[in-house]
Amino acid sequence: MRVYLDNGTTTPVAPEVVEAMLPYFTEKFGHPVFPYSLGQEAADAVERAQEIIARSINARPEEVVFTSGATQANDMAIRGVAYANRNRGRHLITTKVENPSVLRVCERLEKEGFRVDYLPVDAEGFVDTAELEKRLSDETILVSVANVNDEIGTIEPVEEIGEILRERQRKIYFHVNAAAGYGRVEVDVKKIGADLVSLSAHKIHGPKGVGALYVAEGTPIEPVYFGYISLFNLRPGTENIPGIVGFGRAVELMMENFERDVAHMTRLRDRLISGFEEIPHTLINGPRGKKRSPANVSCSFKGLEGESMMLHLDLNGISVATGSACSTTKLEPSHVLTAIGLKAAVAHGTIRFTLSRYNTEEEIDYTLSVVPRVVEQLRRISPVKPEQL
Amino acid sequence: MTVEYTERGMLKYSEKLLERFRNPKHIGEMENPTVVAEEGDPQCGDMFRLYLKIEDDRIVDAKFLSFGCAANIATGDMTVELVKGKTVAEAERLQIKEIADALGGLPLIKMHCAVLSYKTLKKALAEYRKSRAGSVSPPQG
Ligand code: FES
Repeated sequence: MRVYLDNGTTTPVAPEVVEAMLPYFTEKFGHPVFPYSLGQEAADAVERAQEIIARSINARPEEVVFTSGATQANDMAIRGVAYANRNRGRHLITTKVENPSVLRVCERLEKEGFRVDYLPVDAEGFVDTAELEKRLSDETILVSVANVNDEIGTIEPVEEIGEILRERQRKIYFHVNAAAGYGRVEVDVKKIGADLVSLSAHKIHGPKGVGALYVAEGTPIEPVYFGYISLFNLRPGTENIPGIVGFGRAVELMMENFERDVAHMTRLRDRLISGFEEIPHTLINGPRGKKRSPANVSCSFKGLEGESMMLHLDLNGISVATGSACSTTKLEPSHVLTAIGLKAAVAHGTIRFTLSRYNTEEEIDYTLSVVPRVVEQLRRISPVKPEQL
Repeated sequence: MTVEYTERGMLKYSEKLLERFRNPKHIGEMENPTVVAEEGDPQCGDMFRLYLKIEDDRIVDAKFLSFGCAANIATGDMTVELVKGKTVAEAERLQIKEIADALGGLPLIKMHCAVLSYKTLKKALAEYRKSRAGSVSPPQG
C-alpha cells in the first residue's frame, strides 16, 4: 500500500486542476499583456483566478498578486514593506518558529540595518502575545506571524495579534504567512486584520511554482524585483498562466469542500494521534483539538532517529517528514522543535505526518499497523533507551 | 557565490548504502563482549555503540547499535564487516575512506557518520590494548 502523509511539504495536484490547466499550455498560451484574443484569454484567466482567490480570503481581486510561491510572497511582503517604511522605523517582529522563507529574509534585513525581534513560543508552539506587546515600539513597522505552524500544526492567535496591532495609534503592518494554514483553517484577511498574506498553490492540490500575495489596498510596499512588468508591478516577468489557472481551480475545489475536508482530516488526525499515544515513550508535539491544524500530527518517538524512521516507513510505502538533525545539512534539530523546548535527543526521533482530503481510513489503519512495528524495530537497535530521555 | 545545499539537504544515497541500511548484517546486542565502546556525535546528537569479541588478538565477532541515520547504520554495519575476522593490529589500520568506499561513497555531509563508527572502533581497540597491557603479547604494528 502507498500512503502519502507528507502533504505539509507538498500535495498531489487534483485531477480537476490538471484538466483546467491543460488548455493553457497548448491552445490558450498567449501572453496577457496584448489585447489580441490570445492575450486577452490569458489576461481573463488571471483575472478569474484573482477573483476566486480574493473571495476565498475576503479580499478584493486587485489586492491579489501572483508569485512563484509562498517563499517569494514572503520575501516580497517583508522586504517590500520594510523598504517602503524605513523612514518610519527599522524594527520588525516575527517569531522563532517561522518558516525559513520568513526567517532568512529577516536575517537579511538585519544585515541591512533593520532590527528584528524573534518572539518565543510556549511548549505547544503558541506565540507569546504579551511578549509581542512588550516589544512593540515607535520604531516597529512590521509584524510577521504564520497562522499555522507548518511543523507542529499550532494555530497561532493571529486575530488577537491583529487586534493588538490595530489598537496602536501608529500603523504597524501585519504580514501572515498562510502557506500551511490555507485550506486547513479559515483565512479571512479582515477578521485577522492582516495587511499582507502569503499563499501557496502546491499545498492545496494546485501546481508547484505558483502562489500569491495579498496586499491590502494602500499598503506602502516597494518592489524587490525589477524587470519587465507584465501585469503586476511588484512581480516582474511573464506570469505563469497555466499555474495561475490551476491555482484558481484548486482554490475553487478547496472552498467547495472546505468543511467536509476539514472534518475528514480532523477525524484521521485524531485517529493517528490516539494510535500513536498508545506507543510507549511517545510525545505528541503541538496542541490538541481545535487549536491544532486538522492536517498535522507531529510525534516524537523517543530513542530512535527520524531519518532512519522516515526511510523505513518509505520501505513500507509511507511518506512522511522528519525534524531530526540528521536530515538537515546543518545537522541541527528543527528550530521549531528547539523553540518548544524539546531536547535534541527527543527532537531526533520526530516524525511529521500531514494529511490531505485524499487520505482514507484504510490508509490510516495501515499506517497505525506499520508505525508501532517500525518504532519497535528501531528502538531494538538503539543504544539509547527511550526511558533515559 | 556558490550553490549551497538546501535547508533540508538534498541527499542522495548510493544503492549500496541503502541496501546496507535496509538489511544490516551485524546490528544488535552482544552478550559477553571483550570490549564495548560508545561514542556520540556532538554535531547531530547520535550515539553509536560497538561490541567486540576478541580471542587471541583476533576479532571473532562484532556487533553494533545505532541511534542515528541511515548513513550511520550503514557505515556501522560496514565497519563491523571490515574488521570481523581480522587481527586487532589489522583492524587498527582501517581507514575511514575504506568504509565509505565499501558503501559506494557517502554524501559529503554524511561523512561524519562514518567518522563516528570509525572513532568508536578506535576507542574499542584502544581499550582492548589497555586491558591487555603487560598481560599478553605487546601491541604490534
Ligand atoms: S547519524 Fe546523524 S547524520 Fe548520520
